[in-house]
Amino acid sequence: MSSAVEWINIGSIDEIPLRGARRLCVTLNGRPLAIFRTGDDRLFALVDVCPHKKGPLSEGIISGTTVTCPLHNWNIRLDDGKAVGPDEGDTMSLPVKIAGGDVLVGLPVETGASV
Amino acid sequence: MNMHPISQRLVVIGNGMAAMRTVEELLKISGGLGHRVTVFGAEPYVNYNRILLSSVLAGDKSTDEIVINSREWYGDNNIELFTGDPVVSIDCASRTVVAQSGRLVSYDRLLIATGSRPLAPPIPGLSLPGVCAFRDIADVQKMIASSGMHRRAVVIGGGLLGLEAAWGLKRRGMSVAVVHLMPTLMERQLDASAGQLLQRDLDRRGIAFFINGQTEEIIGNERAEGVVLADGREIPADLVVLAVGIRPNIDLARQAGLEINRGIVVTDDVRTSDPDIFSVGECVEHRGQVFGLVAPIWDQAKTCAAQLAGDPSSVFTSRAISTRLKITGIDVFSAGALMAAEASDEEITLRDDNRGIYKKVVLRENKVAGAVLYGEVSEGNWYLQLMQDGTDISVFRDRLIFGRGFAEQATGERIGSDAGSLPDDAQICGCNGVSKSTIICAIRDKKLASLEEVRAHTKASASCGQCTDLVKSLLSQTAGIDDDAKTPPVCGCTGAGHDEIRRAILERGLKTMDAVRQVFHWKKPDGCHKCRPALNYYLLCAWPGEYRDDAQSRFVNERVHANIQKDGTYSVVPRMWGGLTTPGELRAIADVAEKFSIPTVKVTGGQRIDLLGVKKDHLPDVWRDLNKAGLVSGHAYGKALRTVKTCVGSEWCRFGTQDSTGLGVKLEKLCWGAWTPHKVKLAVSGCPRNCAEATIKDLGVVCVDAGYDIVVGGNGGVTVRVTDHLVRVSREEEVLEYAGAFLQLYREEAWYLERTAPWIARVGIAYVKQRLIEDADGRRQLYARFLHAQSFVQSDPWAARAAGAEKHEYSTLMAEPV
Ligand code: SRM
Ligand SMILES: Cc1cc2nc3c(=O)[nH]c(=O)nc-3n(C[C@H](O)[C@H](O)[C@H](O)COP(=O)(O)OP(=O)(O)OC[C@H]3O[C@@H](n4cnc5c(N)ncnc54)[C@H](O)[C@@H]3O)c2cc1C
Ligand code: SF4
Ligand code: FES
Repeated sequence: MSSAVEWINIGSIDEIPLRGARRLCVTLNGRPLAIFRTGDDRLFALVDVCPHKKGPLSEGIISGTTVTCPLHNWNIRLDDGKAVGPDEGDTMSLPVKIAGGDVLVGLPVETGASV
Repeated sequence: MNMHPISQRLVVIGNGMAAMRTVEELLKISGGLGHRVTVFGAEPYVNYNRILLSSVLAGDKSTDEIVINSREWYGDNNIELFTGDPVVSIDCASRTVVAQSGRLVSYDRLLIATGSRPLAPPIPGLSLPGVCAFRDIADVQKMIASSGMHRRAVVIGGGLLGLEAAWGLKRRGMSVAVVHLMPTLMERQLDASAGQLLQRDLDRRGIAFFINGQTEEIIGNERAEGVVLADGREIPADLVVLAVGIRPNIDLARQAGLEINRGIVVTDDVRTSDPDIFSVGECVEHRGQVFGLVAPIWDQAKTCAAQLAGDPSSVFTSRAISTRLKITGIDVFSAGALMAAEASDEEITLRDDNRGIYKKVVLRENKVAGAVLYGEVSEGNWYLQLMQDGTDISVFRDRLIFGRGFAEQATGERIGSDAGSLPDDAQICGCNGVSKSTIICAIRDKKLASLEEVRAHTKASASCGQCTDLVKSLLSQTAGIDDDAKTPPVCGCTGAGHDEIRRAILERGLKTMDAVRQVFHWKKPDGCHKCRPALNYYLLCAWPGEYRDDAQSRFVNERVHANIQKDGTYSVVPRMWGGLTTPGELRAIADVAEKFSIPTVKVTGGQRIDLLGVKKDHLPDVWRDLNKAGLVSGHAYGKALRTVKTCVGSEWCRFGTQDSTGLGVKLEKLCWGAWTPHKVKLAVSGCPRNCAEATIKDLGVVCVDAGYDIVVGGNGGVTVRVTDHLVRVSREEEVLEYAGAFLQLYREEAWYLERTAPWIARVGIAYVKQRLIEDADGRRQLYARFLHAQSFVQSDPWAARAAGAEKHEYSTLMAEPV
């Protein structure tokens, strides 16, 4: 039942700072996307919109596999986009894979990305 | 025939605080032998600390953290637990209960601990979505969810619960109004004076009040949209919280034919009218009294357990108890009578409006009959003790209101018991029912060394905090540890405090965050958003020029050198030295604003200009243009030197005594670029009329004919604090040396995110004077260290970024289809 995914190439992992994030130039239905790199070099992609009041998660501090939203300090899990309790809410997470040394992010197709 | 069953079946209705405390007490006595226990709970959870729902709502605790007993605990103790399955009927004749699921269980003994229900006022609209009470986890979850989606909340009821709800919602970013029927808040615990002070303080924190407000209706179509008061006023609301009171939950007992009145009537042995049925908690009525706080409920639980275990001598008596409001920074204490009621009663009051302090003790026949304290509550427990002990106070009556220390000076001996002289089984923590011996054993056996550790292991003082002083004194008597000298831990990742870490960084030569985290056994390998910026700062301050700043451990504003706004754009505030500017600078600002379509240009409260709403990818270009006109970063985004406000001074003003503007510029040139524990603001006024407001700054200079008065530790923010006078000097160079040395002392010793005002309030101005005035050599060394550190940071971060540094911060990542 996995819906179709369109992969986009965002280049080398070195473009993303360790324990940092970058916003992508593509959006998903008008919503910004970001790629996150943890201290142990794992990569996660999320819709860059905090479930609280739409803060830009890519500007937050990343520790372990969570990011702290810069606006009001909610903690969002990078792996599934869910807020860490007691806060509730989530943002969409997208698949990431590495191919030929490049980082690829999967966008759901039906929703249509606009580059 | 005379064979007794090996074990009796105890069925417990209610999985709340009273019920499970009784079971715990029973396990303590009998070790689980003698009873097979079955518990029914209406809520879908294991038992949790209801008191701490306020902390969950305020975001200080998660629901996991307030669990008292885990499912494993029930399993380990062979307790059968049915959650989410309320009992719907009791049949005393056949000794059975039936639950909603249809489950039928028979009992030998039954315990009813169904607590209470929130009172619902008789008004239309209660069933609209967006209306809830404040009683259980489900309510709190509703409120939290609502605060994420909606903006406005109305809390009906200005008692303890209502105010804690209001504060929690406020902390979660909602705008909150409280509707209260009576003329003053918490009128059952506070007299009118204290109630008014409380309202004033909460009002200052941004909570709106509708006093004498009778709610007539909750209006709304699909969901709650507002509240209408009897006088016609209408308050818009997306969330309405009802906190008007509680009513014992007696429906089951009534149906079973037990004797009820306001609550389930119990005798001193906490038995109901059926000798095999016991009842404890908020559902009971004992000698005409019903209960709403846990302290007496723990005593009921103890008695009930003893009775169940076959000890008929244990009886429940109700004692004087006290209440406190769990709102950080607001100290309220109340016990017993609120005011003189009988002819022989007397009141002693003390009121200091300036410090926001109010104390009242009610006397009856030379004994304390009640106390209401506001703003300063440390003596609360002492008054409660005098009340409980019935101590005759006539000898020290005139000193009573000033507290224990002062009273004891007069009598020359201890008045009332202190922690040391209390019996071992004395209950220290009312909220969690922890006895003195439990605390002492934990401190000894587990080698606990701080208040936090005692809290973690015993839960004592972890709920309302009222017994904190007692727990601290037990810690110092048992282990010789004075927790006052210990700082709170930096964050949840470690038990270590700020001072400890700063010392280790220097003494052990720790030069990376990883090294610090290793030495102190951090729980998470790369820390969290609280400790990372703190450690980064401590290392930067300890090893200037050597430690490499970690951008990823900085809050976004400091990382990108601009302030993030609520819509994700940024603001740009260039430095205007001492508030001075030039036509050229103003022209450059105007040009930049037009060229980049910057929506708002504003004069700030710090004597400079703010460009608001700049798109992130424009930042380097905006800075480049500003740089061309000589404008550099104003660090309006940093825990750093912000502004040096000045007045026109002797150059123009007819009252000016010195060149305050010129001195302000010199100070700003000296101090700009410095990273500090929190932001730092300076000001120089040309005479004591003080137009630059120097006496509410971190460091201020007030010029006088004879020279310069240097004042420190002021704050004009959340809690206004007037500066303390540091020293008067006669020359500008001395001002610069004192200022640099003061800032360096602050940089080296304050805790991260502690401004100079709370720092000085903590260490005392005498200490600062000793380091800067009495120790003149030390001052010169501090100043030298300041200048050394400054030599590495005084280059404009904007210029570097306009020239291409940290490019990745200001551009998005290109992507192409594969
Ligand atoms: C722009 C300005 C308001 C204005 O339009 O005038 C302002 C704006 C902000 N202030 Fe302020 N404060 C401004 C002067 C003040 C003043 C007045 C002053 O400096 O004389 C005060 C009271 C004086 C004081 O600090 O003691 C002030 C006390 C605060 C506080 C409370 C600090 C405290 O210790 O209690 C905060 C919150 C904080 O820092 O945690 C704060 C926080 C903020 C923040 C950073 C809120 C935030 O985190 O986003 C605002 C950033 C706006 C932005 O993006 O530019 N602002 N703020 C002023 C900038 C001055 C400047 O030129 O740099
Ligand atoms: C937000 C909040 C803050 C508070 N703060 C403080 C404070 O600071 N200090 C203080 O001393 N007190 C405080 N209290 C009060 C304190 O929590 C109560 O006094 C205490 O919880 C009462 O214990 P109880 O067991 O009688 O009732 P509860 O803890 O309410 O337990 C009763 C349980 O029985 C369940 N139940 C009801 N009917 C049935 C049924 N038919 N079948 C099965 N289960 C049933 C209920 O769902 C509930 O879980 C606070 C209360 C709240 C709500
Ligand atoms: S600028 Fe200051 S006072 Fe104004 S809203 Fe922001 S933080 Fe509050
Ligand atoms: S917008 Fe993210 S925490 Fe508020």
